[in-house]
Amino acid sequence: MKTNDLILQTTTKVVLFIIILFSVYIFFAGHYTPGGGFVGGLLTSGAIILLTLAFDMKTVKQILPFNYIYMAATGLLFAGGTAAGSLLFNVPFLTHAFGDVNIPILGETALHTATLFDLGVFLVVVGVTMTIIQTIGVDE
Amino acid sequence: MYRLYLGEASSVHEIKGGHDLSLLHLAIISPFLFAIIIPILYKLFRQVHTGWFVLPLPILLFSYFISFISSTSNQEIITESVPWIPALGVDFIAKVDGLGLLFALLITGIGSLVVLYSIYYLSKDKEKLNTFYVYLLLFMGAMLGVVLSDNLIVLYTFWEFTSFSSFLLIGYWYDREKSRYGAQKSMLITVLGGLSMLGGIILLYIMTGTFNISEIIEQAAAISVDPLFIPALICILLGAFTKSAQFPFHIWLPDAMEAPTPVSAYLHSATMVKAGIYLVARMTPVFASEGLWVWLIAGFGIVTLFWGSFNAVKQTDLKAILAFSTISQLGMIMSLLGLGAAALHYDDIESSFFGAATTAAVFHLFNHATFKGSLFMVAGIVDHETGTRDIRKLGGLMNFMPITFTLAIIGTFSMAGLPPFNGFLSKEMFFTGMVRVLELNIFNFETWGMLFPVIAWIASVFTFLYSMILVFKTFTGKYKPEQLEKKPHEAPIGMLISPIILASLVIIIGFFPNILSNTIISPALESILPNNTIDVHISFWHGPTPELFMTIGVIALGILLFLTLPKWRKVYDLFPTKLTLNRLYDGGLAFTQKAANKITKTYMNGSIRSYLVYIFAFFIVILGTTLAVKNAFKLDTSNVSSIGFYEILLALAIMIGSISILFVKSRMTAIILLGSVGYTVSLFYVLFRAPDLALTQLVIETISVALFLLCFYHLPKELNKERMSFKLTNAIISIGVGAMVTLIALSAHSNKLFDSIAEYYIENTYTEAAGKNMVNVILVDFRGFDTLFEITVLTIAALGIFAMIKLRMGGGKKNENK
Amino acid sequence: MEIVMAIVIGVLFMSATYLMLSKSLLRIIIGTGLLSHGAHLLILTMGGLKRGTVPLLGEEASAYTDPIPQALILTAIVISFGVTAFFLVLAYRAFKELGTDNTERLRGNEGND
Repeated sequence: MKTNDLILQTTTKVVLFIIILFSVYIFFAGHYTPGGGFVGGLLTSGAIILLTLAFDMKTVKQILPFNYIYMAATGLLFAGGTAAGSLLFNVPFLTHAFGDVNIPILGETALHTATLFDLGVFLVVVGVTMTIIQTIGVDE
Repeated sequence: MYRLYLGEASSVHEIKGGHDLSLLHLAIISPFLFAIIIPILYKLFRQVHTGWFVLPLPILLFSYFISFISSTSNQEIITESVPWIPALGVDFIAKVDGLGLLFALLITGIGSLVVLYSIYYLSKDKEKLNTFYVYLLLFMGAMLGVVLSDNLIVLYTFWEFTSFSSFLLIGYWYDREKSRYGAQKSMLITVLGGLSMLGGIILLYIMTGTFNISEIIEQAAAISVDPLFIPALICILLGAFTKSAQFPFHIWLPDAMEAPTPVSAYLHSATMVKAGIYLVARMTPVFASEGLWVWLIAGFGIVTLFWGSFNAVKQTDLKAILAFSTISQLGMIMSLLGLGAAALHYDDIESSFFGAATTAAVFHLFNHATFKGSLFMVAGIVDHETGTRDIRKLGGLMNFMPITFTLAIIGTFSMAGLPPFNGFLSKEMFFTGMVRVLELNIFNFETWGMLFPVIAWIASVFTFLYSMILVFKTFTGKYKPEQLEKKPHEAPIGMLISPIILASLVIIIGFFPNILSNTIISPALESILPNNTIDVHISFWHGPTPELFMTIGVIALGILLFLTLPKWRKVYDLFPTKLTLNRLYDGGLAFTQKAANKITKTYMNGSIRSYLVYIFAFFIVILGTTLAVKNAFKLDTSNVSSIGFYEILLALAIMIGSISILFVKSRMTAIILLGSVGYTVSLFYVLFRAPDLALTQLVIETISVALFLLCFYHLPKELNKERMSFKLTNAIISIGVGAMVTLIALSAHSNKLFDSIAEYYIENTYTEAAGKNMVNVILVDFRGFDTLFEITVLTIAALGIFAMIKLRMGGGKKNENK
Repeated sequence: MEIVMAIVIGVLFMSATYLMLSKSLLRIIIGTGLLSHGAHLLILTMGGLKRGTVPLLGEEASAYTDPIPQALILTAIVISFGVTAFFLVLAYRAFKELGTDNTERLRGNEGND
């Protein structure tokens, strides 16, 4: 899949970061406004796919040398671990905790274990989508 | 909802208090726990025989159970309970009484000896010891569970576990065709009986409302008039008969001899086959009031006794002789238990009279385990040292294996019922029980009872005969070195220890039987025949009683038959070879497989379309009928929301898009149309106040289209250009499905049976989960389980795709070679 | 609007069924895609349409749309993506290995059971 489309490549370089930033925003905002791990993850993988379309699989693998299956597994571990973590505190599986924490500079913020769970979802979605795309893409 | 409710959690703990796992429970499940560690130990210490790691456990358990003797001999019953499925009244009640303890001691005691024996029998270099000992431990734990649980459901669970682990053990050498056949046969027959037993257990539950044996026994008198009583009795007996290899279900036991000999010694002589006897003994207080119980058990038992011993004589394989002899001895114990149950119909004084049969059953149960265990081990030694078990090839081994020969003499003489071994004592008691049948005056025993002592005597002659064949054909006669694979020599001392211990038990109990009577036998009798005091006293010399003359007659006729064996052996040829039970089993199995294959093939024809047609037709028919019968279709337009201009446009776009997919030729167009439908759906989500969905749908649709295109990039372009041909049936089915869904959607909208539970989430999203986006909070918090499993599914899908692409299938290459 | 949606859903299911009954693997996959769209819209319609504002608590509205169907659908969308991708690769591999995407020719040999 060797393409040489200058306009697409140039735009991609700019747009890529916007999409990824947006996906990170949407991931963190998910608890209050539309978004969350699913959409965030899908957007990120969308960005990587765009990169793949503009350049080619090899280049993308050089830029982002992730093993996406490991990423999906890590995500599952995160989600499952967050869920099981509540057992350590003698509360039912999947009980989330939250609290207000004062972080310097940023000020009063709510910290939430659900975010960790959502991070797991995010990683799984990116890992799975990219595994699918990559395995098909490099086939033959 | 999902905050840290420490207060509630501690209350959960309180329920557990007082029902913690006791040491007794731990003892029962310890083999299972140990089975987990064994493979690790095997991997870590390859140079040490894994059996050495296993051995301490049964020894430890044996000494633990020994400590219960003092309490059970005082009629104390130890009960420990742990809730398992409290909602269904199923608790893991571990109960140690006389009967359970007798079996627990057999299981752990013989288990220790078998493990020790197996260390020398199974080579650590050639065999997969980890799997062997895991299976063996599973079996040991399951057996302990069967004999020590008071709850029938728990008992049933362990019961099936024994079938399952015995399947694995019989099929241990799974590369041998015969092992697989034997394993399957035993599994099919015992599981069939097990299922029937489950039916019986449920019937008992329906009658009594409890699964606990001790509570059922309390209600025994009340349920005996219930119409379900007889079916329950038959169902339970079916379970016991299949497990204990009673005629006509005995056919699995000879085939199970394909297992390694330590397994045969353990499962098929001392433990598993006795589970059926245990069950009969355990349920005697429940069912004994019914004459059918006495008749069935005694009748089947005596037939099995005869048939087993009669068939044992014609076998040529050492283990086959032992297998049939086991069948016969099991039948003997069974018949004794059946007759003993009649004791419950008499008053105290007379019951001790009839209780003799039960005493004999329990005593022989123990004796059989000792001599049969040692004989199996002897057969294993012969096999191990000569390479064959065929008595036609064996002979004259006496000079090479003097110790083994002595052990064989002790075992077989005990089995034949000769003094001074323990078999003699129980055989005498068996005759006593049988002769006393004549005195029974219930259940028509006056007329048919005569048959029992007669058959018993004939069977005993055959028992004597095969015992003699077993020992003398192997160890005396002409030595035929040319037929043996190895040059025979005495077995290593380690292999001899276990049979020596068992054989010395045979002798010790033969001389001092009463060391067992108060410690083991009488507590066990207490469980089988409650409220009857039976004074157990076993003595050697009864005086010139009929029993003694019967024994003398057995010996005389037996010796005569043994000497003239070649002359009358042709009798066996008179039996038809085509109409055997084994043939019936094989034919039945083959027929079932054939019929199932045929029936399945008529509807499973390999075409996806047919399967989908079944599904859709079923969908239409079942939902349509339900709608019609229940009169469920309703159209209520009072509660509909307004229709906007854009919405009409979008609805038209979706409909046109989806229908035109049906007519396009090129697959590229089809994909683009599918994408357009997807984008329109996401616009709908925007209009219907679902921002999360709209976002997700948009991105997903984009990625899906990219995925489709990626796949097509590799496929030849000319593929699949043809138009879809029109098919009327397809059209009818699809219109039916569409109409049905529309009807359901309309009815569902018009019938509001319940209030929405949305209020709960609206109220609690912020207070409980500190979030504002309800959809997201539901996903990650309130219904986090769904999400957890969802991402698991996703990962599995990705792994599947990865595997499909990356692992170049060997199958593809094979096809090319064809 | 619910009645219009019921008809739209019916049409989606109908086309999906017709596609799935065809012989071509690719059409079957497209059919499942349409089917999941139909199912998602069905769930959404069942919960009632436009009953309030978006299910975000910050909106300070008197009524919110039911969030549960939306959560269900969100899960379903992602799952159906995974399943579609799996089907697609299955069809792709079947084609690569066997050279056809006609299901009638993928039935396996007689006596090969």
